[in-house]
Amino acid sequence: MEINKDLMAASSTPIVLAILAEEDSYGYAILKRVRELSEGHMEWTDGMLYPVLHRLERFGHIEARWEVAESGRRRKYYRITPGGLAQLAEERRQWQAVDATLRGIWRAVSLFVPAGHLAPVAPLPRGFER
Amino acid sequence: MTDPGDAVSVEEQIARWRSYLGRRQAIHPVDVAELEDHLREQIEVLVDAGLTADEAFLVAVKRMGKLDALSREFAREHSDRLWKQLVVSPSDTGEQQTGARTDAIVVFCLAVVAAVLIKVPALFGIDLDQDASFYVRNVSLFVLPLLTGYFVWKRRLGTSTLRWLIVAFLAAGVFANVYPFTPGGYTEALTGLHLPIALWLVVGIAYAGGRWGEVAGRMDFIRFSGELFIYYVLIALGGGVLMASMGIIFRSIGIDVEPFFESWMLPCGAVGAVIVASWLVEAKQSVIENMAPVLTRLFTPFFAAVLVAFLVTLLWTGRGVDIGRNALIAFDLLLVVVLGLLLYSVSARDPHSPPGAFDVVQVALVVSALLADAIALWAIAARITEFGFTPNRVAALGENVILLVNLAWSVVLYISFLRGRASFTALERWQTNYLPVYAAWAAIVVIAFPPVFGYI
Repeated sequence: MEINKDLMAASSTPIVLAILAEEDSYGYAILKRVRELSEGHMEWTDGMLYPVLHRLERFGHIEARWEVAESGRRRKYYRITPGGLAQLAEERRQWQAVDATLRGIWRAVSLFVPAGHLAPVAPLPRGFER
Repeated sequence: MTDPGDAVSVEEQIARWRSYLGRRQAIHPVDVAELEDHLREQIEVLVDAGLTADEAFLVAVKRMGKLDALSREFAREHSDRLWKQLVVSPSDTGEQQTGARTDAIVVFCLAVVAAVLIKVPALFGIDLDQDASFYVRNVSLFVLPLLTGYFVWKRRLGTSTLRWLIVAFLAAGVFANVYPFTPGGYTEALTGLHLPIALWLVVGIAYAGGRWGEVAGRMDFIRFSGELFIYYVLIALGGGVLMASMGIIFRSIGIDVEPFFESWMLPCGAVGAVIVASWLVEAKQSVIENMAPVLTRLFTPFFAAVLVAFLVTLLWTGRGVDIGRNALIAFDLLLVVVLGLLLYSVSARDPHSPPGAFDVVQVALVVSALLADAIALWAIAARITEFGFTPNRVAALGENVILLVNLAWSVVLYISFLRGRASFTALERWQTNYLPVYAAWAAIVVIAFPPVFGYI
């Protein structure tokens, strides 16, 4: 299963913020964590993470610092800010609302069709088609 | 890791990847460092998983994503980076940055020196409003030697060239000041007008460094001159806004700052701005697209249309050209504009690209300008004895002839290029080789005209 691009872009902010809420991290490790959490379903193109990080930094949701890693290389670490935590809480509320809505509709739809044949019967809203 | 030779080649590959990435405008060195750390960690993980270093590199680069998409993504996030990279360019490495800072300090000092120099004669009782003629003759000598000095320093010119440059400026100082000019006379004004033109060639020799002999070196100087002109106009506009707002707010508290403007701000700013503008052109030449070619692209069709319309109307109505006293100067200016349009489209053209529609418009522009000028010259020639040979008229006539020769031969070369008989470089070479002719004529006007015309 591949997740569509728009969904990926929309979810990138809460995912990155949540991972940074666990602990300070850097690009490669964040991507690794995303792969673990999604069990390989979310495959970001590696480079694309960085513009996302830079945008969050510009908004003040996270802040960056350079450190020398064990490998001896300079590495840019990111840390979530109080503003970022507030943003994460807000994102969480929104995603939960989306999630709750979807759960409701899945339950209603599954009364008529078996789960496997969902796609052809229920017309997906714009932006969600595969 | 496998054998060391393998590791070296991966290092090389990473270095190449890094420099490739660094060339993207939206990706700064600090981002390249961040991405490189990522790439290296990815490679390490893949090598641990059993891939060879080469394979790991390829996979890691592939996972990083397509360079164009990546750089577009960076550009979207950092759209500012596509704009302001002029005066302070943070993308430079440390060494370059200190170089740029020294450069900026030197320029600032030179601009201040120029601003002070223009006020030095006032210490000896030579005031701008009372002794305007002194300033008319010498104004270029206050700023151009400093500008030349900047390029001498920047290009590390040898003493042999330096000696000639100094001789040129000393000679200019002598010719501007030893002749017994009639104050406010024609020849004095001509000297004031032509000395900067002659000395501009001296600046060009310093600017080109050792490359004055090459077509490319002179072409660079032409580009520099055009950009400098545009920057200077922009700075002058900014200065005008500054002075206007300053005048207004001081007037509101009952203080008249006009005398300060006239005797300090305007002269000091005008000479300082030449140096600052030159430095801006130097600093930004590789960062921002040149403006002069853009403007020529925009205006060449319009000028061509106007000139063709003029000729058609002239023929249709059968009117004669009404030659007033300043007609020669007006047509000189027209030719200068046309030459500028030609010069700056030549300077920006890729000599290898085939002839296009724009080239035809260009030829139409030059041909119609030549025809208009020929008609005007014909009318002037008929009445020149009636007007008499004043120094102004002779100088203007000389300039007209020089411009006419330049443009006429340019058209010949351009047409043979359009017909595929000659390369575009021939036109470039003609234009760049012709530059000294203007300086030579200007020098003749400065050196020979005053004694010939009795210093009137």
